[in-house]
Amino acid sequence: MVFISRPRDLLRAKDLADAQYSEPLRVDDLARAAGFSRAHFSREFRRAFGEAPHSYLLTRRLERAAALLRNTDRSVAEICFSVGLQSVGSFTTSFTRAYGMSPTAYRAAMPPAADHALIPACVLRAYGRPRSRTFREDRGPAHP
Amino acid sequence: MIRIGTAQLWVHDQDEALEFYTKQVGMEVRSDVTVAELGNFRWLTVSAATQPDIAVVLMAIPGPPVMDAETAQQVRTLMAKGFAGTIFLETDDCQAAYEELRGRGVEFAEAPEERPYGVDAAFRDPSGNNIRLVEPREITG
Repeated sequence: MVFISRPRDLLRAKDLADAQYSEPLRVDDLARAAGFSRAHFSREFRRAFGEAPHSYLLTRRLERAAALLRNTDRSVAEICFSVGLQSVGSFTTSFTRAYGMSPTAYRAAMPPAADHALIPACVLRAYGRPRSRTFREDRGPAHP
Repeated sequence: MIRIGTAQLWVHDQDEALEFYTKQVGMEVRSDVTVAELGNFRWLTVSAATQPDIAVVLMAIPGPPVMDAETAQQVRTLMAKGFAGTIFLETDDCQAAYEELRGRGVEFAEAPEERPYGVDAAFRDPSGNNIRLVEPREITG
């Protein structure tokens, strides 16, 4: 049954985003991992997981960046590059949109790393990933 | 006193799962019984060699009348999306276990990484279940 293998192939692409977000990975690479054309892949991924693959990949990177801001003293630029993003300007913009404050303000507002110590990585990754936000406020309030 | 005896993972193909958990992950078959009077229901469990009293059931998704076709399809879809089950395995040496399993063809979604609670890595079984491999850090104090 096609129904079984398709989501499994999509999951392979999602796993690739989770595993290699720190590389300059693009949606094309994810589509290839799933064995779909890019347009078809984006549509199917959104249907399976409720958001577009580029948005999953970006928020995955932002979640990692937020963790690095909380848990390390590395600079914002260094963190931006280490999560696979190439422009500090657009990183700051995306981060601010997702978390409601700049990376620097976020770091200052957070308690030290030890508070999160015993939560498994997969939980942090899944629950710490921000919702993707657009500038257009067409989906209701940011914090429902 | 209550302890954990058996936990269950849905799998989409029991033979494939058995092959994976024994030959690739290195577990042992604990029981593999097919019951004719239950419509050839197959009770298939595996354990770590060091923990013969704790098993994981590799459960095939049943058809009607046990589970209606629509529900079965929902479970299959959830499983394939990776949202149907997780097991946290433990090891004394995550890096060594990672290399050993990779050598047997297990594809990892996450390579071993230092975490506040230890070192861990993650792979999926052929059905899409999320399996973590954790080397816990000893908590002192």
